[in-house]
Amino acid sequence: MRGTYLVQAVVNGILLGGVYALVALGLTLIFGVMRIVNFAHGALMMVGMYTAYWIFTLWGINPYLSLPLTMGVLFLLGAAIQRFLIDPILDAPQHNQLLLTLGVMLFLENLALFLWSPDFRTLRLPWLEGAVRAGFLLVNKPRILAFAFALLSTLALYLFLKHTETGKTIRATAQDQVGAALVGIDVRKVNALTFGIGSACVGMAGALVTPYFYTAPQVGHVFLLIAFVVVVLGGLGSFTGALVGGLIVGVGESIGALLLPGSFKELVIYAIFVLVLLYRPTGLFGERYE
Amino acid sequence: MSDVVSAEVKFTRRSMSMLLLAGLALGGVIAFPFLASPYALRVGILIAYYAYLGQAWNILGGYAGQFSFGHAAFFGIGAYTSSLLFAKLGVTPWIGMFAGAAGAAATGAFIGFLCFRYGLRGPYFSLATLAFAEILRVIALNWRAVGGAMGVLLPLRESFWTMQFPEGPPYYAIIVTMLGGIMLLTYFLEHSRLGTYFVAIRESEDAAEALGVDTTRYKIVAMALSSGLTALGGTFYAQYFSYIDPNLAFGIDVSVAVLLPVIIGGVGTLFGPLAGSLILTPLGEVTRRLLGGYRGVHLMLFGAILVAVILYLPHGLVGTFQEKRRLGRRCSHDHPRP
Repeated sequence: MRGTYLVQAVVNGILLGGVYALVALGLTLIFGVMRIVNFAHGALMMVGMYTAYWIFTLWGINPYLSLPLTMGVLFLLGAAIQRFLIDPILDAPQHNQLLLTLGVMLFLENLALFLWSPDFRTLRLPWLEGAVRAGFLLVNKPRILAFAFALLSTLALYLFLKHTETGKTIRATAQDQVGAALVGIDVRKVNALTFGIGSACVGMAGALVTPYFYTAPQVGHVFLLIAFVVVVLGGLGSFTGALVGGLIVGVGESIGALLLPGSFKELVIYAIFVLVLLYRPTGLFGERYE
Repeated sequence: MSDVVSAEVKFTRRSMSMLLLAGLALGGVIAFPFLASPYALRVGILIAYYAYLGQAWNILGGYAGQFSFGHAAFFGIGAYTSSLLFAKLGVTPWIGMFAGAAGAAATGAFIGFLCFRYGLRGPYFSLATLAFAEILRVIALNWRAVGGAMGVLLPLRESFWTMQFPEGPPYYAIIVTMLGGIMLLTYFLEHSRLGTYFVAIRESEDAAEALGVDTTRYKIVAMALSSGLTALGGTFYAQYFSYIDPNLAFGIDVSVAVLLPVIIGGVGTLFGPLAGSLILTPLGEVTRRLLGGYRGVHLMLFGAILVAVILYLPHGLVGTFQEKRRLGRRCSHDHPRP
């Protein structure tokens, strides 16, 4: 019986981890290219969640169909933040960039609070109610869908970065901003593009969790901290690291919830975080940077 | 010869006017509780309170250059220690606050030891402190003995000994004294060897190390000092509001509130935190009063101000002002007017 629970927890953890990976992917991409720890990442996810929520509530389009729209909105928002707020201070001390994204976070979160109140909102899709049964396993349908979409888009992003011209310019810029500028890459454009893609990723993750998670102005905090843990574990700036880290944290949280009472499962995550920071701040797949 | 004399006269005149200004300010601060309405007094208390917390953060973040994003950890330790000692054992907060400060300083030194020993710098240090604050929040949330999610409600017994008062003026006296104390401390720090080490570490850790400064040790000292002082602010909060819970004590919001006035006012400056608080606190109170039905407006405003300050005044208000004056003075030296 115990074993059944454990397998169930691991499966749930993997499904959860796929979404974490997508959130972390945006964060790690932005860090990789611009060396910015984006504190507004959770707030951007919240915007993605509300976008999906309102499209569904007002027009009845479900979050999966409205994904392109949600991602478009988030892409534009992210690109604008980069272009108008972060670009001008890209040469400033690193903590100033961090504080700027903190300001953006404060603004977005409280704008949502102002516009839509602190109420927890949930979105009901009748055809997604219930769970799929596979042997002794029970898995919620929206979680499976979220995982599938997350995995697919991760793969798509990977191929995009690896094989397209634009993807290559992004990777070149991540390696060396000055060098990229020297060979004729419009670095500012790439920066805006990167921030836009990173935001679209996290917005997509937000939209994908709306069918089984609550939407509220400060919901981003939870995911922001987890995304930090994931990227530090995987290595800041590492694509593979975000994916593997996401799965590890998802499974760790899930098993922690099974074995520990209350919200102590979060303790497991933060303990991992601190240990990784102390003993291997470059993470599993990252490179040391200063 | 006459140049020297006139310079001296100028100097004394300047220091005289500074002295006069300081005297006026002090008089205003002392007279304020006698003249102000209860509401204005509350705002005054909060201004001093946020300036105090900001200055405590400033010692570590501004002078030693270590950006902590988890000062809620130390704030919470202070608030919880004094509150629990009082609520469970009847120990007066006057003692409890120093017990909390000692506990927070020790915790801060320990966290600092771990982080700095392993060479965590910049954003890695910020993230680590954030994680430690969250760990404490989760522990407080799940630990029955410290009240769990319900937090700690201070038993109401108004007297000097219990640090509970029916009206504002005593609280005002306490927090203004604390603010005065920490400003004096920072002033002496600025002119001390220790403060010089801090600034050297901030400007270039490698260079400081090369010159023989034991950077890890002094960063830990800065951490302990800043943490202990932050904890005193936590006790004040608990006494003033008579209630504390895991989110109020250890939440991210606290860590943000602690550093906001410093960034706005000027990182690593003596008057920065006070200047920042003088602007942000009344602004927050007024918007909350006018737009009370809409929650979050004041924080939205703070976010926008933070972004604007970073973009246009990266050294904060006081920092930018000092920079301008320094540049102006240097120019007048280089090009003496005929």
